[in-house]
Amino acid sequence: MLTKRIIPCLDIKNGRTVKGINFIDLRDAGDPVELAEIYANSGADELVFLDITATEQRRKTLAELVMRVASTINIPFTVGGGISSVEDVEILLNSGADKVSINSSAVKNPQLINDLAAKFGSQCIVVAIDAKQIDAEWIVHLVGGKVPTDIKLFDWAKEVEERGAGEILFTSMDHDGTKNGFANKALAYLSELVNIPIIASGGAGNMQHFTDTFIDGKADAALAASVFHFKEIDIIDLKKELRNNNIPVRL
Amino acid sequence: MKIVIINYGAGNIQSIKFAIQRLGYEATLSDNAEEIKTADKVIFPGVGEASSAMEKLRVTGLDALIPTLKQPVLGICLGMQLMCKHCEEGDTNGLNIFDVDVVKFDASKKVPQIGWNQIENLTSDLFKNVNNKEFMYLVHSFYVPLNDEAIATTEYGIKYASALQKDNFYGVQFHPEKSSKAGEQILKNFLEL
Repeated sequence: MLTKRIIPCLDIKNGRTVKGINFIDLRDAGDPVELAEIYANSGADELVFLDITATEQRRKTLAELVMRVASTINIPFTVGGGISSVEDVEILLNSGADKVSINSSAVKNPQLINDLAAKFGSQCIVVAIDAKQIDAEWIVHLVGGKVPTDIKLFDWAKEVEERGAGEILFTSMDHDGTKNGFANKALAYLSELVNIPIIASGGAGNMQHFTDTFIDGKADAALAASVFHFKEIDIIDLKKELRNNNIPVRL
Repeated sequence: MKIVIINYGAGNIQSIKFAIQRLGYEATLSDNAEEIKTADKVIFPGVGEASSAMEKLRVTGLDALIPTLKQPVLGICLGMQLMCKHCEEGDTNGLNIFDVDVVKFDASKKVPQIGWNQIENLTSDLFKNVNNKEFMYLVHSFYVPLNDEAIATTEYGIKYASALQKDNFYGVQFHPEKSSKAGEQILKNFLEL
């Protein structure tokens, strides 16, 4: 049976993990590769690296990091952040990334999804969507949720599927950072609306939240950062709990 | 041991090269017929779309070479699918090594299947020291139906063939290079055939 995936997310800047990592067993708390290896060996199903570097060396630094990650870990990983062209994606995939995630660049240039899917296949194209509710309507936001667009979440989700996205990573800006649980109502609606996998993101605070997003939110995977980085939730314990709730997991 | 990964511009071949390195071996990437013919083990990777991948094989003449190879050959993901008779994707004629057609999952479940699923009914040396129902990482929209050449099966709405073998030719739908320790064991088994 296909299992539900647990995906830790690592924020990267200049090839280093950004603050907020509290792993006592790390030799170098800023080394994404070492952290990735620990996650790969402790039950994570996939990893997401989100690059927030804004310098001109970004592309080269990121490609080098991707190659180090690919040579070290034996589970799949996705790279996102600032990807805006076919060439960007080609460099990352050739460096060993399994998938890339695009966000603002897809909103600004939706044809990019078609181009990437045609060249590399849908299976490696994740479209990340940040949205929050405005007057009871889910609205797509850009720049980490700061800038609203006039695009509705569900219209956009349908469109990215039609254009060839292989997965949708949906982050609710209303839930992100609250630790009060995922946006399960919107997630469940999304999951029924499109026929590609949905990754839930934003709001993880405890193990029950993961159970809820897989059952009520009908999510195919759940992504979180701080609850894993600060060891508030151990992934193996989480998976045992999920299995006890009859949710299929890889253990 | 000479290990060659066929490099025809389709797929994430770095990951396979790295996985082989972690096992203590070195692999070369090549599209050169002589290099491939003289290898002890050949890996035939592939991700992406079937008809364009097949076209790349035709341009380099690799479509004629691969079925004539005598050493162990391992097709991974799309590589395995292209070793079949026909792929529904792009209405593509394959290399006709495995006597079966590749078809699309129906829309009663999410397509592509992405994630970790179990392999069962393991009937090959390729799976030495691998547990029945072990988890493998899969990403695919098209699948090989059950057939006589199946050496592993997986269930996704229906039960299908997730690995194939015929003589020296092996094919796996999953990604052993991305499937944690059990995946590495399968790669190791192949390299030690």
